[in-house]
Amino acid sequence: MNPRLNPKLYTKKVELAAARSGVGQGLVEAGKRDKNIVVLCADLAESTKTHLFAEKFPERFIECGVAEQNMMSLAAGLAREGKIPFVASYAVFSPGRNWDQLRTNVCYNNVPVKIVGSHAGISVGADGATHQALEDIALCRVLPNLIVLIPCDALEAKKACLAAAKVKMPVYLRLTRPKTPIITTPRSPFKIGKAQILNPGKDATVCASGPLVYDSLMVAKKLKSESISVEVINNHTIKPLDKKTIISSVKKTGCLVTVEEHQIAGGAGSAVLEMLAENFPIPAERVGMPDAFGESGEPRELLEKYGLCCSGIERAIKKVLKRK
Amino acid sequence: MASKELRKKANLIRQDIINMVAAAGSGHPAGALGMADIFAALYFKIAKINPKRPNWPDRDRIFLSNGHICPVLYATLARRGYFKTEELATLRRLGSRLQGHPHRTALPGVENTSGPLGQGLGQACGSALAARLNNKKYHVYCVMSDGEQDCGSTWEAAMFAGKNRLSNITAIMDRNNIQIDGYTEDVMPLEPLRQKYESFNWRVIEVDGHNLDEFIGAANRARKIEEKPVMIIAHTVPGKGVSFMEYDYRWHGKAPNGKEAKKALKGLNAIMDKLK
Ligand SMILES: Cc1ncc(C[n+]2csc(CCOP(=O)(O)OP(=O)(O)O)c2C)c(N)n1
Ligand SMILES: [Mg+2]
Repeated sequence: MNPRLNPKLYTKKVELAAARSGVGQGLVEAGKRDKNIVVLCADLAESTKTHLFAEKFPERFIECGVAEQNMMSLAAGLAREGKIPFVASYAVFSPGRNWDQLRTNVCYNNVPVKIVGSHAGISVGADGATHQALEDIALCRVLPNLIVLIPCDALEAKKACLAAAKVKMPVYLRLTRPKTPIITTPRSPFKIGKAQILNPGKDATVCASGPLVYDSLMVAKKLKSESISVEVINNHTIKPLDKKTIISSVKKTGCLVTVEEHQIAGGAGSAVLEMLAENFPIPAERVGMPDAFGESGEPRELLEKYGLCCSGIERAIKKVLKRK
Repeated sequence: MASKELRKKANLIRQDIINMVAAAGSGHPAGALGMADIFAALYFKIAKINPKRPNWPDRDRIFLSNGHICPVLYATLARRGYFKTEELATLRRLGSRLQGHPHRTALPGVENTSGPLGQGLGQACGSALAARLNNKKYHVYCVMSDGEQDCGSTWEAAMFAGKNRLSNITAIMDRNNIQIDGYTEDVMPLEPLRQKYESFNWRVIEVDGHNLDEFIGAANRARKIEEKPVMIIAHTVPGKGVSFMEYDYRWHGKAPNGKEAKKALKGLNAIMDKLK
């Protein structure tokens, strides 16, 4: 058994947890380690799980009210005085609504503000399109100085949070709302900018970001029985991209499928394909939202409807294999 | 419609809200229940609208800025005849026209897409300005919340309306003193709201949001004021009509379970009986 993977991963007993809970715990731990950590929130403490930090360190928890733009500017001001601010809200509002403040106050000033965007993706569910951030990766990956992280599970989210607290740069941490399978273990390594091959293979590369890494692994297992060998990469860092791991994988397999809960345009898949177009062009398919807004529904129903699931990933793999 | 009849409508709307949110298993009951009286008055008495012609060019516009209270909007639209009440049960389901937050193109009677707070008043200002440019006589209503007063964009719109003397706007603020993280005055103190709007060149009228005669009187007066936009600050009780939800911010965005819904409906029915 691969020590990087949850031993229960391929069983029905795989544990579920929300990535935002991982960050909630990560913030408490980061707060213990470093007194300069402060957390800002815009009237969404419980949903973003920053209430855990607020309970432990009330004097370092800053309630901004429903004012995400000011929250980002406040964080930039705190950061330039040596604080390490985490700003937390739903991704549609932060980095959505306050993108200009992120761009100019945080990234251009180059101060180490950490943006926690929860409720990204269509798996937000019943709240509907207004609350489903499907554009945030695109918004963030074009900003100089900003690191963009998409943890695949709650354990990785905690590690990403702690890594973000340490790195002296602005970081965007993208999280989804529902409980999703635990893919990794507490001891699995996490390093910003270092993608992980979670399942080695030779026929096709699947480069997935976020909880859909799980679906990708399930498809790889299924296709093994059809003698198709799929390499699955957990691409948790969209910026800076791990060029080396991705290029060497597609050199071996000769084709690629990218997977994410985001618009196809401008997302993690786009980032990977732009890089490959310049370095090692190969046939590729992208699984993501097809230039559409989301809608209300159960998370599972919505993911299935838009093909952000095992069957969608499998279809894309079979399609790209034919194009090799 | 006499105010007693309106109170019955509001009661039915409250029952719809409980049924819808309970069936969906998620949604926002507190603000929706608190605004049922005002929605009944707006849609059944005050606004010039025609459910048979939802896009009638001369209709009054009713913008909803705080989209999360949409169960009250949907229930009111259905009771007013925009669509069948049976459809209310589809709230938040896949394929439903009753999206978790209202979507303009999904459902007749919905004037604007909302959910992200602080954007209704700006759209209402645009609509009011267009009425002036197009020589139209329709009136523009904008329902908004107190939590939204935290948003800078609300004040950008307020300043614009004041500058341009958009007297064809009546904004109605649900002053229920709650938001998600607690009471408004703890999360981000808002008072004095009256003076804030007055200093932005608005006329302010404060009413008890559950006293229909008072609200209707204020709305009629607001239509006649010709030199300024009007803000009606409606003092309401979040969760109004459901004893265990009243005044409790924890019911901002939580659905009642089956047992709680039953209890809520029982209480609302008892209130209805007294109206007969
Ligand atoms: C810009 C923005 N930020 C955050 C949210 C999340 N949110 C939804 S409702 C709400 C609190 C609003 O307070 P209020 O509208 O007064 O709520 P109510 O009285 O209905 O409980 C927040 C912060 C949002 N919808 N929009
Ligand atoms: Mg309120």
